[in-house]
This record gives sequence, structure tokens and C-alpha cells, in this order.
Amino acid sequence: MGYGIKLKVWGDYACFTRPEMKAERVSYDVITPSAARGILEAIHWKPAIRWVVDRIHVLKEIRFENFRRNEVGSKISAANVKKAMNGNTVALYQSVEEDRQQRAALLLRNVAYVIEAHFEATDKWGERDTPEKHYNMFLRRAREGQCYHRPYLGCREFPAQFELLEGELPASSLRGERDLGWMLWDIDYADGMTPRFFRPTMRNGVIDVERLAQGGGVR
Amino acid sequence: MTEPICNRYEFVLFFEVENGNPNGDPDAGNLPRIDPETGLGIVSDVCLKRKIRNYVEIAKAGQPNYNIYVREGAVLNKQHLTAYEALGIKSESKKLPKDQEQAKKLTGYMCANFFDIRTFGAVMTTEVNCGQVRGPVQIAFSRSIDPIVQQEVTITRMAVTNANDAEKERAMGRKHIVPYALYRAEGYISSHLAEKTGFSDEDLALLWQALMEMFEHDHSAARGKMSSRKLYVFQHETALGNAPAHKLFDCVRAERIDKARPARAFADYHIELHQDKLPGNVKVLELL
Repeated sequence: MGYGIKLKVWGDYACFTRPEMKAERVSYDVITPSAARGILEAIHWKPAIRWVVDRIHVLKEIRFENFRRNEVGSKISAANVKKAMNGNTVALYQSVEEDRQQRAALLLRNVAYVIEAHFEATDKWGERDTPEKHYNMFLRRAREGQCYHRPYLGCREFPAQFELLEGELPASSLRGERDLGWMLWDIDYADGMTPRFFRPTMRNGVIDVERLAQGGGVR
Repeated sequence: MTEPICNRYEFVLFFEVENGNPNGDPDAGNLPRIDPETGLGIVSDVCLKRKIRNYVEIAKAGQPNYNIYVREGAVLNKQHLTAYEALGIKSESKKLPKDQEQAKKLTGYMCANFFDIRTFGAVMTTEVNCGQVRGPVQIAFSRSIDPIVQQEVTITRMAVTNANDAEKERAMGRKHIVPYALYRAEGYISSHLAEKTGFSDEDLALLWQALMEMFEHDHSAARGKMSSRKLYVFQHETALGNAPAHKLFDCVRAERIDKARPARAFADYHIELHQDKLPGNVKVLELL
């Protein structure tokens, strides 16, 4: 599928949580390919296609800010819900005072990226699916600001604004090379949700995901 | 239950605080939250969600389908939930339903009974994806229009807590207040996700009501005077929407009228809706 798209996304805050620092969240320096894929899927996705992120352009300087919130510690207990459904009396609620955890998050501030991506066919590709159809659907939606649900920058409280980029790539303010260390590339759902990692280098604000993936840089 | 909503919405809410602390920062000794770079005040997303939950709990007290799952001690009515309708999951010991189906049913049950789960989503302990609901309503951090001033007020109390402090006769304490600030909150409502949780037009009307009246039931010593001042709702014609959200938000501008004086009242601000910039096929409802 040779159709590539370019989407500019930006927002005030972002948090692409490092899996090794999840309780008190610490964001990666830049958006991960998996978060970028999530943004594209929020605009257009069908089981017939799979988005592949090729390049990520980081347009703004990387800045962090600390933010602490009261969060709850537990999830809804499925066993309790089952009891309630079967007519037993249970206290089905969560008390925020008893279950409170104050957690800090190290968030990114004022981010802007350009995501370059293309889609590939999956085994759900049907007779009525054509590359043109999905390509044009995405273009139409991105142009008009339409989305299935509001895309977000890592967490849902950090909504992403987006627009289709049809002209020149905006210049990045970043210069030089920067090793970003090991980052999450994506979760492999075909392989029992195994996380895959890669070690990108950012050159003048550009991360070439495709080259790394093809060069066997994803583990 | 009525049908899920079938339009996309965005909303802008302006709320004010007068001599109070809208949202304390646990990292800064409960000072009002502030953006260190710009000096603008911040109110977190979860702070407003908490108020919406509390409002609904008061407004819809005891009504089935409007329970609130995540509760605060203050409004915790000790009314235990009993099942409203057993969904007919028979405990067939030999034939357990597939995990996925079971999770779907459990999630469906929670969505039907709890307003906050229908609206904001929730995560269940089940490992399957249906044990996780993304709610249709998304709220971002609110920000004040102008930089805020965090004022510290020292107060005294004519009584002491400990017997061995008895000769001191009084204790000192601190309050942190913002003399005045107008905050702007922005939110998004996805119709597709509403379909999955069953978030209906009635729920939406209740959400608008909550946004307008949530501060009326949230008075406390710390909050000072807080109230919702303006609520603009952008209604798209379709579920996918007709315009980029940022363009809609740009149509609503709030400005201080006299830049030379600090703002101390809502009258010091001028809020304007630029109808001419509004893309076609998007309706603006000025609910407040």
C-alpha cells in the first residue's frame, strides 16, 4: 500500500507513559509509534487495515512539567458486580477517601508532532476494501476535523488537535542528533500482547521509525 | 433507557472563583495549582469530574440507573445497591460463558446502572478488553484566562487540639486563596463511544445541568465563591463531526476589559462568540 499520509497533531500537555514508571507516571521525551497509531485510529480505522507509523517529526522543544493528582487505587471488582447482578446485596461503589493514592505525573508541555504513516491490509481485508477507499476516507476526515472519538496525547485528559498536512513539512526547532534510549514501539497483539521496543535516534527532530523497523531494530 | 446520542459535541465552560481555592496542588502545600511557565491557574480534569459526580449523586439521589460508582465520603449515602435486573447469567457450573461474553455483560450492567461509568468510563479487573470502558466525555485541564495571584491568608483559631497546648490558647492556620480568576474548561463528547456505553440524550442534558450547577452544591471553607458563568455547546450534525475542534474553540474568546487593572469580578471580562468564524453545520447552544 503505497499511500502515505501526514498528520499534524498538537496539544498543551501530553503523557506517553514509560512502562517502567507507571505508578508515578513519567512520560517519554516524544510520542511513541503506538500512541501515534492510536491517534490515527481515532480518526479512521477498520479491522481491514493496520496503520504503520513511518516517521515522527518533533516540532517543538522537549519540556516537562510535574503534576500531582488524587487518584483511586483499584479497579472495579468483577466478582462484586457478578454478585450484584445475581441479586445479592453488595456495596458496589468506590470510596475515594479510603482508596486514595496521590500520584505525580511528569508531563510534556506544548507538544507538536507530524506523524507520517501508511496502512497495510490485514486478513480481514474484504472484497469491498480498496486502498483508495480507506485512503480517501482518512483524508476526508482529517481535512474536516472529523473523528470517531477525540484523539489524545497519551492520556485522555490531554486531547490532541489535528489537521491534515498537505503542503510543506513545518520546520522543527530541534537540531542535532539525540539518542532517545529504548522506547516502546508498539504492542504486538498477534503475539499475546507482547510489548516491542526499539532504540530510536532523533536527527534534527525526525525519528525514522520505518528504517529502524526494517533494519531489525525492533525487539 | 433512551437511545444513545448521535451527534458529536464540544463544549466550553467558563467558571469563576472569588476569594477561594478552586483546586489545590498536593505538591505545593495545597496552594492553588499554577502553570509555572505562564502563571495561569490550572484546574485538573478529575477535579471537575468529581464535582459532576457529586452533583448527579445529589440531583438523582436513589434513582436507579443514576448511581455514582466513585463516591466521596461526604455524599456517601449508605444505600447499598441491589440488583435491578438479573441479566440471566445462570451459574451453569459446567458451561461457563466465554470470558469475553461474561466481561461484556458485567460491563453492560455497570454502564446501565452507573452514570459516571456511562459518562467517563471505567476499568474492571477482568483482563479482557470489554472489562474496560472508554466513556464518551473527555475533559481537559482548565486554565485561567489571566495569570493568577496566589494569596496566603493566615488565620487563627481560638481553641487548641491538644491538651498540652492549652496555655497557648490559640492555633494558627493558613488558607490559600485566589482573589479572583475566570477559568476556561474545554470538553469533548464522542457519539461513537456513547453508543458503546449507552450515554443517552437524557444523560447529556443531565451533564449540561451538572456543568452549570455543580459549584452550587460544592461550597466549602476552602472554595470561596465559585460559579459557572458561561457554557457554550457546539453541536455537530453528525457523529463524526463537521469541523475541527480547535477551530470551534477559537470562536469563543474571553478578554479582560481593562488591562490596566486586575480583574476582581466577572464584569471585568468580556466573552465573545464569533459567529462569523463558525464553520457551517455546527450549531452553538449558549446554555448559560
